[in-house]
Amino acid sequence: MRERARDQGGPGTLTDDLAIPEVDPSAPAGEPLAELAARYRLRPSAARPGVFAYARQLWERRHFIVGFATARNVAMYTEARLGQLWQVLTPLLNAAVYYLIFGIILGTNRGVPNFLGFLITGIFIFNFTQRAFITTSRVMPDSLPLIRALPFPRACLPVGYVLIELEQLAMAMVVLTAIVLASGEPLTWYWLLAIPALAVQGVFNVGMGLFLARLGAGADDFSQLLPFLVRTWMYASGVMFSIQTIGSLRNHPALTYLLQINPAAVYIGLVRNAILQSQRLAWPGSKPYDAANCALYHAGKKAYLEYSAYCHGTVPMSGLWLWGIGWAVVALLVGFVFFWEAETRYGRG
Amino acid sequence: MGSGPVVDGAAPTVIVDDLHVVYRVYGAGGDKGTAATALMRVLKRQRRPSVREVHAIRGISFVVSHGDAVGIIGRNGSGKSTLLQAIAGLLPPEQGCVYTSGQAALLGVNAALLDDLTGERNVVLGCLAMGMTPQETKERYQSIVDFSGVGNFIDYPMRTYSTGMAQRLRFSIASAKNHEILMIDEALATGDANFRAKSHERIVQLRAEAGTVFLVAHNLAEIEASCNRVIWLEKGKIMMQGEDVPAIVDAYLEATGGEPRKRDKPTQNEHNASA
Repeated sequence: MRERARDQGGPGTLTDDLAIPEVDPSAPAGEPLAELAARYRLRPSAARPGVFAYARQLWERRHFIVGFATARNVAMYTEARLGQLWQVLTPLLNAAVYYLIFGIILGTNRGVPNFLGFLITGIFIFNFTQRAFITTSRVMPDSLPLIRALPFPRACLPVGYVLIELEQLAMAMVVLTAIVLASGEPLTWYWLLAIPALAVQGVFNVGMGLFLARLGAGADDFSQLLPFLVRTWMYASGVMFSIQTIGSLRNHPALTYLLQINPAAVYIGLVRNAILQSQRLAWPGSKPYDAANCALYHAGKKAYLEYSAYCHGTVPMSGLWLWGIGWAVVALLVGFVFFWEAETRYGRG
Repeated sequence: MGSGPVVDGAAPTVIVDDLHVVYRVYGAGGDKGTAATALMRVLKRQRRPSVREVHAIRGISFVVSHGDAVGIIGRNGSGKSTLLQAIAGLLPPEQGCVYTSGQAALLGVNAALLDDLTGERNVVLGCLAMGMTPQETKERYQSIVDFSGVGNFIDYPMRTYSTGMAQRLRFSIASAKNHEILMIDEALATGDANFRAKSHERIVQLRAEAGTVFLVAHNLAEIEASCNRVIWLEKGKIMMQGEDVPAIVDAYLEATGGEPRKRDKPTQNEHNASA
């Protein structure tokens, strides 16, 4: 009985009296195992496929990615009494809170036409990137049981998480459309431009999501820090003010340019110009240059703010599209290769 | 033991060559866990003590061929599950290498998919993750559900399942595909008698389809009934391995202080030459 009890100590309580053979006597002898493996064309189980083969494997699992994203989306609100209604309530409450703070209490509108539509578009579009960044930075540690249970290209997970956010965004866009139309904007053909703009932003988010997923797979410190970096980024991206028309930036063209070409500002600008006619018409450079009218804008009087359309734009609309596509392509290529490099190490935790 | 793998017989499917596996555990004990102790550690440039490295597999070599069913025995913490995860390519080797003829499927106790989702969703997602097309998934769906025997619970979230039901559903999903290498890690332990009989049949069938099966079980009768080879692990090394299953099982029982197994009749396993 005493010996029986010894065995029930649980993991790690191994007794020392068993002599483990230093060299396994039954180990296969003769031909080196690596050569035997080569002769029968066996491949290392932890081998990483080539980058193109990996992309193909990822494509083959596209049904899994879509199913995973949809399922997670459904599961997100199963514990809530209001259920899927939260998909609409969350963006609505978000919009209400930001409008209360920045529209009414702080009054940061500074003459931006249709500030409500301007602000809420900015918040929803930035929120897509923000949520994609924060969730993908935690996806690898959060999915460790799944990673250790099933073999599949690990990039499915961050891509799936971005897809979840895209599905959430689709619901937010319905709310946004209602708010923007209610705020008095007309429904025009320009609205269709929002679709390619969001698609390009989605590609950017996938690329960055892959990048951040690898960074977040190691130590936890990164995913703790990321929310602060993202919030700082939000305040620099013209979500609640207009970069091109903010007064204190008028004398710093280089700084204005840098702020305007940052990816978040680019994607927000593209969607705003698509669905907000008031923004499209006031975008600097959207009207032929007119020195007199532009001078009126530079006089800084609130009433002349819309005359910024007669000045030279920091980044014209076509430039905005080029920057948007450029950021997306670079993010996707860098993020994909960076994630693929560590493919075999994600299971280690 | 001592009979060694038959290199020139059936073609090998799994070759494990001097394998070492190290994994890191975060949040193991070590300091008081306050902000002050953390700051001191950073200032003194110490490594975080709560990160521990576990050298779980320490130099293992063996060769397994087509049609083999390999039982892996050993005490808790001896590295059985880690070895299977390394063969499946889920844990990277620190040193050495594992060669396989194809993708190995691992069926573990904790192979949960999405606990918040219904059994139905889990079946579909599990099939897609294993690389089936939506069409194949649709075709296999009913047979998976029938085999698992969870009945009406298929429409309930998996977190409401009993342990045995969840394991039955997972086994049904994983065995729906014909894997070249199937590894079962205690995944049958909580099933009822009826399901054990069904899953034993399924394992025999998988072996017959030129597959290789690895089985980790503390139920030694199951190992003797299903396996033609056995590997006894101790502290991440091989204590004994070979095709004389009863002899190794008896040696294991003697060393760990268990009662010797009583065998009234020769083992039922036709592959077991030494019965």
